[in-house]
Amino acid sequence: MKILVCISHVPDTTSKINFTAENAEFDSNGVQFVINPYDEFSLARAMWFKEKQGASVTVITVGDASTEPSLRKSLAIGADDAIRIDAQATDGITVAKQLAEVIKSNAYDLILTGRESIDYNGATVPGALATLLDYNFINACVGLEIEGTSVTASKEIDGGTETLGTELPAVIAGQKGLVEEKDLRIPNMRGIMMARKKPLQVLPGIEATSSTKDVSFEKPAEKSACKIVTSVDELIDVLHNEAKVI
Amino acid sequence: MSVLVFAESSEGKFKKIAFEAVSYGKKIAQQLSTQLIALTINAENASELSTYGANKIIKVNNETLSTFNAKVVSSIIAQAATQENAEVVIIDSSSNGLYVAPAVATILDAGYVSNVIEAPSNTSPFTVKRKTFSNKAFSHTEISSAVKVIGLAKNSFGVVASDEAATEEDFSPEIANSGVNSTAINKNAGKVSIADADIVVSGGRGLKGPENWNLIEDLAEVLGGATACSKPVSDLGWRPHNEHVGQTGKPVASNLYIAIGISGAIQHLAGVNASKVKVVINIDPEAPFFKAAEYGIVGDAFEVVPQLIEKLKEFNSKN
Ligand SMILES: Cc1cc2nc3c(=O)[nH]c(=O)nc-3n(C[C@H](O)[C@H](O)[C@H](O)COP(=O)(O)OP(=O)(O)OC[C@H]3O[C@@H](n4cnc5c(N)ncnc54)[C@H](O)[C@@H]3O)c2cc1C
Ligand SMILES: Nc1ncnc2c1ncn2[C@@H]1O[C@H](COP(=O)(O)O)[C@@H](O)[C@H]1O
Repeated sequence: MKILVCISHVPDTTSKINFTAENAEFDSNGVQFVINPYDEFSLARAMWFKEKQGASVTVITVGDASTEPSLRKSLAIGADDAIRIDAQATDGITVAKQLAEVIKSNAYDLILTGRESIDYNGATVPGALATLLDYNFINACVGLEIEGTSVTASKEIDGGTETLGTELPAVIAGQKGLVEEKDLRIPNMRGIMMARKKPLQVLPGIEATSSTKDVSFEKPAEKSACKIVTSVDELIDVLHNEAKVI
Repeated sequence: MSVLVFAESSEGKFKKIAFEAVSYGKKIAQQLSTQLIALTINAENASELSTYGANKIIKVNNETLSTFNAKVVSSIIAQAATQENAEVVIIDSSSNGLYVAPAVATILDAGYVSNVIEAPSNTSPFTVKRKTFSNKAFSHTEISSAVKVIGLAKNSFGVVASDEAATEEDFSPEIANSGVNSTAINKNAGKVSIADADIVVSGGRGLKGPENWNLIEDLAEVLGGATACSKPVSDLGWRPHNEHVGQTGKPVASNLYIAIGISGAIQHLAGVNASKVKVVINIDPEAPFFKAAEYGIVGDAFEVVPQLIEKLKEFNSKN
């Protein structure tokens, strides 16, 4: 089985978000970037298929050279090779078009992604990619088994889970639950050394114009101070009469 | 030209966000001086949508669609958009909506923006405001394609009544090959889900252990709310994964979010900030959650919460 894991390179979860150029651009100054947390679950599951079922694992990202540390980290975790499509990740559908172009000429059996990127939170790439490729698609995946070409997956739904069956090739968008938190991989020294020798191929992107553009950003308004109440009676009173939420 | 809204239902009943999506669609139809068309799939009371301004309701009724299949539903929405010559297609950004919308946009070769929270500030260029950076910021995003797909965030625009006399039509789209088959659904029967809840009661590591979760459950029950937890609580196995809320867990956009024994780490707040009113109950007055909350009680959860449950029972019996 050939697996492709799509990696999004995003600001670390603790990052303070700021903008420059009169709020027209994200300010990456001083921001630490990491593998998108949802993608880590998918990558860890891919490693399980590699170790238990002999799958090969390629990681791919769409972005400029600054995204390469996340690919190197994925190689250190155990991916076999990496691809960077040298194009700006402008919007989800455009990223999907870039990925689809590479996938069409490489025939992967399983495409793993995260449920959403924690930067622009589009939750767009996996669904768009599956549609472009006409592959089966499962979102919000919290459990995945594969036998031959048949896929059994559990998907998170409101208030529970759903068990789904489908066939490869498929696009599966993962999240926490796909593997346990404790089974996420941290690169060790040997992995880091080996990663240096593994292939990281840079491919040119295709011409693709996006239909959406972020023209400006805004931060939430400063919140007024928290009202400290000293009794539960007072709390019930303010929630009922002032906030009107109960 | 028209604006098309997919009005989502489950087991025949509209979800609350369906009414919000139709209200939102009405606003855009007015901005564009055009008709609002609502699409329903196996909904029992389709005519309810006229209360929120739909001019025409197109109804799909088909037994094979009793379980939600993303590929089939996205194909139906795309066919409706083509038939109705829709310029704007609105799909809620709930879990099912997020599942189908990128496919709809791809089929229609449309631009797509999810988690939108306001009516367009401008229709030319078409500009919407959406949540980004896990609620730490908003983007103003222009959509330049002829057809635009908008994902509407829950509890953002609100439900607005606008009575219209709607016409109703049956719609018989081609049913796509599903590709993915549902074999079982496991739901916690009788419990309110975090996605649907107006009130969410959430517990953190301050509750000390799973044996104390009756406090959270009893409080949620008197309030008719859902229960949730911080990430370490689900990592420790005190609560199931699907209750973990925050930046890397479930997003919460309820009217009321009560955080008990939760410190208020940036990753937790990022996922719950979209809630309208946040209440914190924490023994430590320095806990960061106090900076993010509207109301707070400094106190021991094991004293405050039982009192709160008792007083709310009294409150409920009077109101
Ligand atoms: C990549 C990444 C992603 C993350 N994503 C998330 C996420 O999505 N969601 C999330 O929640 N976290 C997330 N976290 C973890 C986050 O950083 C915090 O560690 C976590 O939110 C803390 O949980 P807590 O508030 O329950 O526990 P603690 O930080 O231990 O806080 C417990 C609180 O309980 C209070 N307390 C103690 N006893 C009592 C009492 N008797 N009565 C009342 N209060 C009491 C304490 O004063 C304290 O404030 C993430 C972290 C990382 C690194
Ligand atoms: N620039 C990118 N390169 C490769 N994969 C991406 C990129 N952006 C998003 N993805 C994948 O798509 C998933 C959903 O991202 P998004 O649609 O941006 O919310 C992520 O978890 C990644 O797996």
